[in-house]
Amino acid sequence: MSVTYLEAIRAAQEKALTDDPRVFIYGQDVGNFGGAFKATKNLAVEFPGRVMDAPLSEDAIVGLAIGAAIEGARPIVEMQFADFSTVGFNQIVNQAATLYYRTDIPCPIVVRLPSGGTLGAGPFHSQSMEALYAHYPGLIVMTPATIEDAYSMMLEAVSIDDPVIFCEHKLLYYHLKADKLPDVAQPVGKARIARAGRDATVVTYSAMLHESLQAAEDLVDEGWQIEVIDLRTVKPLDTDTVLASVARTGRLLTVGEAWPWGGVTAEVIARVATEGFGLLDAAPMRLNAKDTPVPYHPDLWAAHRPTATAIAARLRQLLTQ
Amino acid sequence: MVAILMVTAVKEKAVAMTDSINPVDFLVPAYQVMLRARATEDKLASLYRAGMIKGGVFLGKGQEALSTASAIFLKKGDIFGPLIRDQAGRLAFGDTILDTLRTYLGSAQGPMRGRDGNIHRGRPRDGYYAMISHLGALVPVVAGGLYARRLRGETGVVGVTSIGDGGTSTGAFHEGINLAAVEHLPLVVVVANNQYAYSTPNNRQFACADLLDKAAGYGIAGHKCDGTDPAACLETLHHAVQAARDGGGPQLVVASLLRLVGHGEHDDASYVDPHLRQAGVGRDCLEVGAAELIERRLATADDIAAWTKDAHSEVEQALNIAQREKGPDPTHEDWSAISTDRLIDGHHVTEEE
Repeated sequence: MSVTYLEAIRAAQEKALTDDPRVFIYGQDVGNFGGAFKATKNLAVEFPGRVMDAPLSEDAIVGLAIGAAIEGARPIVEMQFADFSTVGFNQIVNQAATLYYRTDIPCPIVVRLPSGGTLGAGPFHSQSMEALYAHYPGLIVMTPATIEDAYSMMLEAVSIDDPVIFCEHKLLYYHLKADKLPDVAQPVGKARIARAGRDATVVTYSAMLHESLQAAEDLVDEGWQIEVIDLRTVKPLDTDTVLASVARTGRLLTVGEAWPWGGVTAEVIARVATEGFGLLDAAPMRLNAKDTPVPYHPDLWAAHRPTATAIAARLRQLLTQ
Repeated sequence: MVAILMVTAVKEKAVAMTDSINPVDFLVPAYQVMLRARATEDKLASLYRAGMIKGGVFLGKGQEALSTASAIFLKKGDIFGPLIRDQAGRLAFGDTILDTLRTYLGSAQGPMRGRDGNIHRGRPRDGYYAMISHLGALVPVVAGGLYARRLRGETGVVGVTSIGDGGTSTGAFHEGINLAAVEHLPLVVVVANNQYAYSTPNNRQFACADLLDKAAGYGIAGHKCDGTDPAACLETLHHAVQAARDGGGPQLVVASLLRLVGHGEHDDASYVDPHLRQAGVGRDCLEVGAAELIERRLATADDIAAWTKDAHSEVEQALNIAQREKGPDPTHEDWSAISTDRLIDGHHVTEEE
């Protein structure tokens, strides 16, 4: 048996529904159809009345989840594409994210965001929203890059009392395969050294982990050993693991699929520069998508997002500074 | 305290005889709530003018009858999502004058502990949701609370939320009502059509002949009443709340009235058409209510004067307490916006570091 990243997300939701009667799933086409990506396939049949199609109303979908959470439920809502969560943005950042601070009542909702670019998806089905949500106090932002994390972090997202923005990458849905679902979970909030190295640290997350790992592999023949850190959650951001790595390598490249202004890659560099400036042997570098909407044409898209080739090229610059 | 006791007594009666309530039985307790709300808000206005309140003061003067009627038929286990001009409804649902003053004065002992102020208060665990400033946003949230209750197998629960004429123009209002209709939830949405959204008149807000027309568009029941008339508000809201409780799905109530103050106390409302003030819509519901009580021989002018005095002394007592309470201490504030301590993003560079 093999399992994909997408199947892991489906299996985690199935387990959450099985284990906890407070859990329900609400979103567009998630019912009998099983979701646009089939992340809820068969769940409506397995759990009658708990996996429901919603009207095309992202604001009201998130609002419903918040009200249900106030009353003790554990809703999982699916935004069909992360891009559409802007329509529910107000409920997420102003209602869900402020509830605990204002009223002392936690807001245990999970908002699933099918994120990131895929071939031919274009400007409105490709976005990476993690930085936007991480900016607001009161939200946990998860960006799983592996099947193990997709499964275990989804389970943890449901059990956490705070609102969780679950950024699952659509490109990984079918491309990642594992033999089985994980038995043990790494703690949420801790970054993971995905590949050990001594010459430079790449800090990344989500689909860019795999591009970065490929770049690190490509540089082996040139004699470089690159350390790659998978942040796993961008909020909280595990600065300790990053600083410890930079202390070993002295060089830092941050890689993200999101747009370049601000964001996770900038935040990591800001923290290293302010808390570990003396650890750096060279100026840190960043690699992000270009500062345009995500283009439709495959050739434009391939040049818009960071790839293993682009990451390797940037690393060569960093290593020879 | 008399007023609180009377509301409780009538409410208990309501619980016992759900199907045989006579809304007229609620006229006296409703009027007492209205008086308490007016007394509270008059005090808030004076405190504001005296510079004793930080931030804005937003009053519901002229909307007390509708607001009281919105909440007075709710019972324990129901959900109330009030908005800006619902001081009266809040008191009818169980909020206190003390918590009102605590929140406006920033007492650490109020429900918002200085973290939010004025009308942004609630106790969500008691079904009393705390509004955010974004209008319409509470509609789907109250719907969600009702959805969760239904998932748990609870029946007979009702949720009431309110909105103004301006709020009906928001996407959240539309999405929320439509979703509640699709889910057939026991949600009552009360629209206080007070003719102006801040300074914007109705003719710049919507183009339908009547806001009630929207009910048909959503496939839900609609009710209309004179928001200046306490008896009419009670009758209409009783009917709407009962219909929702009995499984009739969402109910839209549209009441016409006039906000008799500015949007906030900083606003002199000079934009209000003077003709409206003279028209029926500009009547003060407290004056209408007093006349009703006397005409129906439910109270005398002396009774009303005594209740008014009681209300003012309750406000003074609460103010004495709230004014003595300390505000939040920034050095001991838990500066975390999440409840899961192990997931606090702990590497901000702060002054201490």
